[in-house]
Amino acid sequence: MRLSILSLVTILLLTAGSSIAQSTYKIGDTMPDFSLKGTDDKMHTMADFENANGYVIVFTCNHCPFSVAYEDRLIALHNKYAPQGYPVIAINPNDPISYPSDDFASMKVRATEKGFTFPYLFDEGQKLYPTYGATKTPHVFLLDKKKALQYVGAIDDSRDPETVETHFLADAIEALKAGKTPDPASTKAIGCGIKVAAK
Amino acid sequence: MVYTENMKISTKLFPVAILLFISLYQAKSQVTTYDAFSAFEEEVLSPYNSDTLYVINFWATWCKPCVKELPYFETLKEQYLDIPIKVVLVSLDMKKQVPTVVEPFLNKNKIKSKVVVLADGRANSWIDKVDPEWSGAIPATVLLYGQASTFYEKSYHTTAELESDIIKILNKNK
Repeated sequence: MRLSILSLVTILLLTAGSSIAQSTYKIGDTMPDFSLKGTDDKMHTMADFENANGYVIVFTCNHCPFSVAYEDRLIALHNKYAPQGYPVIAINPNDPISYPSDDFASMKVRATEKGFTFPYLFDEGQKLYPTYGATKTPHVFLLDKKKALQYVGAIDDSRDPETVETHFLADAIEALKAGKTPDPASTKAIGCGIKVAAK
Repeated sequence: MVYTENMKISTKLFPVAILLFISLYQAKSQVTTYDAFSAFEEEVLSPYNSDTLYVINFWATWCKPCVKELPYFETLKEQYLDIPIKVVLVSLDMKKQVPTVVEPFLNKNKIKSKVVVLADGRANSWIDKVDPEWSGAIPATVLLYGQASTFYEKSYHTTAELESDIIKILNKNK
């Protein structure tokens, strides 16, 4: 008995050690709504966007150079696609103790400095990002009108804006607009691992 | 007379020569930069010694958890059970920051492991080639030994934690 409890504990420990934020959501699954505070001090949910045809959920943050490299591109995407019903909703999933520059006050500063035209929300307590299965910043989840996951991954194929060849996210939005399925539905990019708060 | 002239010239040129020497010395890059993943794959990800364990860590100077775990890679023993270990630190910093940020970082922290820079920005085309399990988040580590390879998308918190993963792959390929 003692042995089995020990091995159970070992298994649990091993599982905990190796588990990364892997969600079980797959393309086509309905993603959960959220209620998170934005840099405008208001709470935001997907349901607020009454005329949305879809949602561009981007896990991003202040400190990560890859996130910073994509700020202008996110603003451009939002300005182009929000009027067509595909708003960008940016969410910072980082633990402000690990990254002080990702705390709520710094988010407000960055949003003002860069003139974010989209909501920039704080995943306080890091509850949302593991459910979505976000592992890094930036990490994009494109949902359709019914909040079904249609595309996940990178914004485009190059962190250097000068050498972008394929605009994965914009192409995926265009596909949804045309009533088609995004192809590819999943891409990858290097990003800053989301650090879980020390317990 | 001529001799004196030469002396004068060489005395004048001496500081110039020193400066030239220093600038040449500094311009010499410590790290290899790969613009294309294919070359990186061939030279770094394809182990040439089947008896050596390769520890390949993906990091960047701006990545806090990556920098924090570098000492554990640096302090790895050179071998386990007579198996030689080769550590390669693969920086994903921007290419233009190699001379201004990466090399000063390596000097300041006296990094002695081999460091290469993977500057191929088209990550979607190569992340799966490193490992299909990789989401693209760093830090991430690949262990290669003979035909075996294991991949970890996680941070290490002690040398012992890293050593335990090394022992796992060594046992796997016994």
